[in-house]
Amino acid sequence: MTTVTMTVNGKSASGEVEGRTLLVDFLRNELNLTGTHVGCDTSQCGACTVHVNGKAIKSCTMFASDADGATVDTIEGQANADGSLNTIQQAFQDHHGLQCGFCTPGMVMAAAELLKKNPKPTETEIRDHLEGNICRCTGYHNIVKSIMAASGQDVSAIAAE
Amino acid sequence: MYNFEFVKPSSVADAVAALGAEDAQALGGGQTLIPTMKQRLASPSKLVSLGGIADMLGVSVSGGSVTIGGATTHADVEAADAFAGLTGLAGGIGDPAVRNRGTIGGSLANNDPAACYPSIALATGATITTNKRDIAADDYFQGMFTTALEEGEIITSVSMPIPEASNYQKFEQPASRFALVGVFVAKYADGVRVAVTGASENGVFRWTEAEAALSANFSADALADLSVDAADMIADLHGSKAYRANLVKVLTGRAVAAAN
Repeated sequence: MTTVTMTVNGKSASGEVEGRTLLVDFLRNELNLTGTHVGCDTSQCGACTVHVNGKAIKSCTMFASDADGATVDTIEGQANADGSLNTIQQAFQDHHGLQCGFCTPGMVMAAAELLKKNPKPTETEIRDHLEGNICRCTGYHNIVKSIMAASGQDVSAIAAE
Repeated sequence: MYNFEFVKPSSVADAVAALGAEDAQALGGGQTLIPTMKQRLASPSKLVSLGGIADMLGVSVSGGSVTIGGATTHADVEAADAFAGLTGLAGGIGDPAVRNRGTIGGSLANNDPAACYPSIALATGATITTNKRDIAADDYFQGMFTTALEEGEIITSVSMPIPEASNYQKFEQPASRFALVGVFVAKYADGVRVAVTGASENGVFRWTEAEAALSANFSADALADLSVDAADMIADLHGSKAYRANLVKVLTGRAVAAAN
């Protein structure tokens, strides 16, 4: 076992890990940050998406030891300081961007990276960016609509609800 | 997965020393190795992460060539935008989160028969530089998952001569996002090179008949009378040998049209 230390959602966090401990297991089991989900555990579904040093990655396919010293942001750190939903989260609520909610943490983290790089994405760019995030409920239309709305764009032209 | 010792050296020399341990394995972005270890198809005693070696990161252009550090991610290669074919290829690997972790050195060292990077390395006549030597792409790829790399040898950088025109066309297997067939076409002053991934039982290969035809006439029409021998093609539930052979020709034509 070795000790890793990272800055998670703005706060320093340490814990003991094995070589094989995945970042998602460290977040969930050691730090009790269970908002990050494990869907497939094979880097297909994106439910475990978090940001490491500002970049969206699949935390089921990175070792915790490889994130030693890194800045990690998870869904728990996305809300505003007063606890209210941030713009992306609020848009998912307003536009019914989720049904069962299992994929939602990954969707929000993927969307956050996209809007940071591309503040006014087109519908095609949003769909391309979500290629590695699978949702089995919504059919994606309302997720795309939510992200479009979160970017401040008109959503009336997006496919039916 | 079985447990192992994890180390993250900050220099190539330290990484090479760490890889001297029995059953030690280099770790790039882990986008192939970690799933492989989860299935217990690999069980290294020690993993040597290459992500902390500053000398192996980044993209630089000089003297008509682009040089990419072995630990550079696909996303960083895409963002560097050194030439159109490279940017397009890097930006189409996997999905955005995979591109933020996966590395060019990892892809080339693994030499998956359906990976994208082997095609551009072979089509551009890249030089693959390791901690020991420079290897020409034509000598590097030796069949599925087989390369000229020796035990413990690390790809520190890859250099590609920048083509006059280039394009990569990938026919994607929609579940894995690997290439069912991928074709990279690169046009240079002294001729055209065409490399094909995903199609052959022997891994990435050059389609020399197309190279000759395209060197004489860089147009999709130049391919009209050519056909690809299906004998060595991969056959699986996604496509037969004949289907893949036909895709090679179709995608080569599309790549030429897009490069023009």
